[in-house]
Amino acid sequence: MPYDEALERFEPVLGLETHVELGTASKMFCGCPTTFGAPPNTHVCPVCLALPGALPTANAAAIEATIRIGLALNCSIAEWCRFARKNYFYPDMPKNYQISQYDEPLCFDGYLDVEVNGEVVRVEIERVHLEEDTGKSTHVGGATGRIHGADYSIVDYNRAGIPLVEIVTKPIPGTDRLAPEVARAYGTELRELVRGLGVSDVRMEEGSMRFDVNVSLMPRGSSEWGTRTETKNVNSLRSVERAVRGEIERQAAVLAGGGRIIQETRHFHEDTGSTTPGRSKEEAQDYRYFPEPDLVPIAPDPAWVAELKASLPELPGARRKRLQREWGVSDLDMQSMHNADAIDLVEATVAAGAPPADARKWWMGELARRANEAGVPLRELRITPDEIARVCAMVAGGALNDKLARQVLEGVLNGEGTPDEVVAARGLQIVNDEGELSAIIDQVLAGNADAADKVRGGKIAAVGALVGGVMKASRGKADAGRARELILEKLGVSE
Amino acid sequence: MSLTHKTAAELGALIASGEVSAVEVAQAHLDRIAAVEPQVNAFLHVDAETTLEQARTVDARRAAGERLGPLAGVPIAHKDVFTTADMPTTAGSKILEGWRPPYDATVTRRLREAGLVILGKTNLDEFAMGSSTENSAYGPTRNPWDLSRIPGGSSGGSSAAVAAYEAPLSTGTDTGGSIRQPAAVTGIVGMKPTYGGSSRYGLIAFASSLDTPGPFARNVMDAALLQEAFSGHDPLDSTSIDAPVPSVVEAARQGDVAGLRIGVVKEFGGEGYQPGVLARFHETVELLESLGAKVVEVSCPSFTVALPAYYLIAPSECSSNLARFDAMRYGLRVGDDGTRSAEEVMALTRAAGFGPEVKRRIILGTYALSSGYYDAYYGQAQKVRTLIARDFEAAFGQVDVLVSPTTPTTAFPIGERADDPMAMYLADLCTIPANMAGNAAISVPCGLADEDGLPVGLQIMAPVLGDDRCYRVAAAVENALESRWGGALLSKAPAL
Ligand SMILES: [Zn+2]
Repeated sequence: MPYDEALERFEPVLGLETHVELGTASKMFCGCPTTFGAPPNTHVCPVCLALPGALPTANAAAIEATIRIGLALNCSIAEWCRFARKNYFYPDMPKNYQISQYDEPLCFDGYLDVEVNGEVVRVEIERVHLEEDTGKSTHVGGATGRIHGADYSIVDYNRAGIPLVEIVTKPIPGTDRLAPEVARAYGTELRELVRGLGVSDVRMEEGSMRFDVNVSLMPRGSSEWGTRTETKNVNSLRSVERAVRGEIERQAAVLAGGGRIIQETRHFHEDTGSTTPGRSKEEAQDYRYFPEPDLVPIAPDPAWVAELKASLPELPGARRKRLQREWGVSDLDMQSMHNADAIDLVEATVAAGAPPADARKWWMGELARRANEAGVPLRELRITPDEIARVCAMVAGGALNDKLARQVLEGVLNGEGTPDEVVAARGLQIVNDEGELSAIIDQVLAGNADAADKVRGGKIAAVGALVGGVMKASRGKADAGRARELILEKLGVSE
Repeated sequence: MSLTHKTAAELGALIASGEVSAVEVAQAHLDRIAAVEPQVNAFLHVDAETTLEQARTVDARRAAGERLGPLAGVPIAHKDVFTTADMPTTAGSKILEGWRPPYDATVTRRLREAGLVILGKTNLDEFAMGSSTENSAYGPTRNPWDLSRIPGGSSGGSSAAVAAYEAPLSTGTDTGGSIRQPAAVTGIVGMKPTYGGSSRYGLIAFASSLDTPGPFARNVMDAALLQEAFSGHDPLDSTSIDAPVPSVVEAARQGDVAGLRIGVVKEFGGEGYQPGVLARFHETVELLESLGAKVVEVSCPSFTVALPAYYLIAPSECSSNLARFDAMRYGLRVGDDGTRSAEEVMALTRAAGFGPEVKRRIILGTYALSSGYYDAYYGQAQKVRTLIARDFEAAFGQVDVLVSPTTPTTAFPIGERADDPMAMYLADLCTIPANMAGNAAISVPCGLADEDGLPVGLQIMAPVLGDDRCYRVAAAVENALESRWGGALLSKAPAL
């Protein structure tokens, strides 16, 4: 059912569960490193391979990071809580239970304010808890990369035991037709918050931040929530938005056709934006949670928690308000920088000496376009805020114009070196030699007698074509302003 | 006296002084093992060359002028539930047959560092689940006092090896009585330290909140020396206690009960107890009184429900702990013929690899933890656990130690209870409360039952971290009884 029609008939209720891999030096319960991309099964030991007799010991840095996330989300911090075992069999989970938290989460009852179309929506946080990641299965053969139909599967345990924080919202009613945008804005805000705390690199493409999206619908006028579905492992913010939209459309069609929604997990498909069924709740596991007897309870000292709270960095919302004031930009511009994950980059570029307007122009214009073309996040581009600031300085100093600056950026992105090296290697300085410029102008005037006559006759607007000719003849290296002055001078016209 | 019949302390002194070499001591024990193993079957793994190599290292250290510790060069047998980097570790199960751990348990590592020489790995009830060692996948161990009887369990290989003079010392684990009960029925000393006093790292888990490594020896001082050698805080075990503890060796040396307040647990005795066991127990209590202790009766009502609560908590934890044996990374793999899914291979392997008692407990525990049953079973059992701890606390407000028979009966015949799990479980009736509350408890020989001439054990229970009290009282009992008997109880055992 089309989205607009779905929203006329039904009201959505959202819920989001977010998993964040912490960037601690070692795993959650052993000393193995957590770095991404190592050869398979090289970051393993008796503990994270669950060899007989091996025991976990909790990573204090991960507990601290989780508490800081909880505090930043305005949560209460448990004075005493325990890990619990979540029991189920799966080959990528070495112990066949996951050490997690059950009814005693480390942090609970918080909120996060997010902004959509200039309006603030308060998303309530139910809990923030700490657990361990599983290994990673690769299914070889078969069509879909899923376990069914595969010829064989291989498991990499490097990821097994990496600390994972799960952040669960309370149900979010009342978002109405903005549900997809709210979901995305929440994801964006949360990513920025976690990154600002310095506890995770939150690289969604590497899976260090992933979302499970819950959606249910209720008929307009009803106050009874419908059955929800849970779409698992949505791996980009854009996909979060699409998954909510797609699921609203699907559920609306089912309900409108007289069907019922099955409580189930669903898979999101990047290519179509739709979801397909996974495991239904009817066949869902009984995880047989019980307190983890191999670990002692966590009892954070309230004084220490207070210290952590006092030393939290400026949170993203407050920071954005401050930067917006400092930069003098509109709500809309700020929002688009936020959505493009460009605020850090612009801030760093400004810190390196660029005027805010120029920094924003380059990141949100040329660089955003190139990142989009390359299909990478803006911050993955091979160019630094310092380099952008240098280019801005060269433009401001008259050594480059915008067109040349774009070529410099292209060179830097191609790995040709620093902006200065690219300028030198490509010979991109503006032509400042008056003799050379004068010769080019003479050539252009000779070839464009009509236009020259018009200018002489008082149609000064016609000078644009002549300046264009000069720029073309100089392959963009001329200083357009100076060229205009010289042309008018040569034609004996004054403004 | 032959080297195999000396105490560990004596052997350590002889080796340290150079009177005998560690190699000679090891060889004497290897010879004894070769001679009696066909009857006893205490060991699952013996490798003479690895043993002698360790002994040669100790001799070389001494030759190089190093001052050796009290147990350097003394042989030891490890329950095959502690990982050993140079020997296979099976937990008595087919599912781990042939598995060679890449790492040492903290207990084995510390004893290696103290210079003890590993003779081999001893038999046990599969995954330490049982009271007779009949549940081993590798055949039962026999009691050196009467080869038709059980040596106790689950650490029956370790108790039999020490009682049969195959090893002067051995390690065991005690989850519900698995050290004290085998010690009692084989006439030796066995101690369950305070939970958290000895590291579980590298101990293949049965029930994590109850499992406790501890020593077996033929006398109290040897047990104390062994416990002191492997105890102490271990950062690899989160539940390990990081606190100073009184010396158990010093307590064993004192062996004095004058002025001590001793409580007799009212709930343990009477119906279901063998008369010969009760007779020896009461005599020993009178003996303690004659040595200057003040004896009172103490009631611990919750101890009567300790057994059923234990049989919910231990299976619950075991159902989760044993989930890792899934054929994916180590151990047995059944049905992997290229047509079956991982899930099917897991199921086939577990069906073939686990014995009936292990399966019984996994099923019991899975059920007890299931949603809808958790509160009624696991939750209730945890409440009982709290009540037991309170009973101990109240009791230790009045007395310094509690005493009871270690087991209701002497060693029973092999096969007698094999098909009656409930009867088997009763063997741990008196020992379970100390596990449920984490207390220290020891079993020390206190005579032979009149009916069958088999050993009876006295259990001495102390508060958490009060291990020294167990040794102090046990040593006093040992001194008094051995002077009465004219030697160790074990000297009355028939020669093998
Ligand atoms: Zn590891």
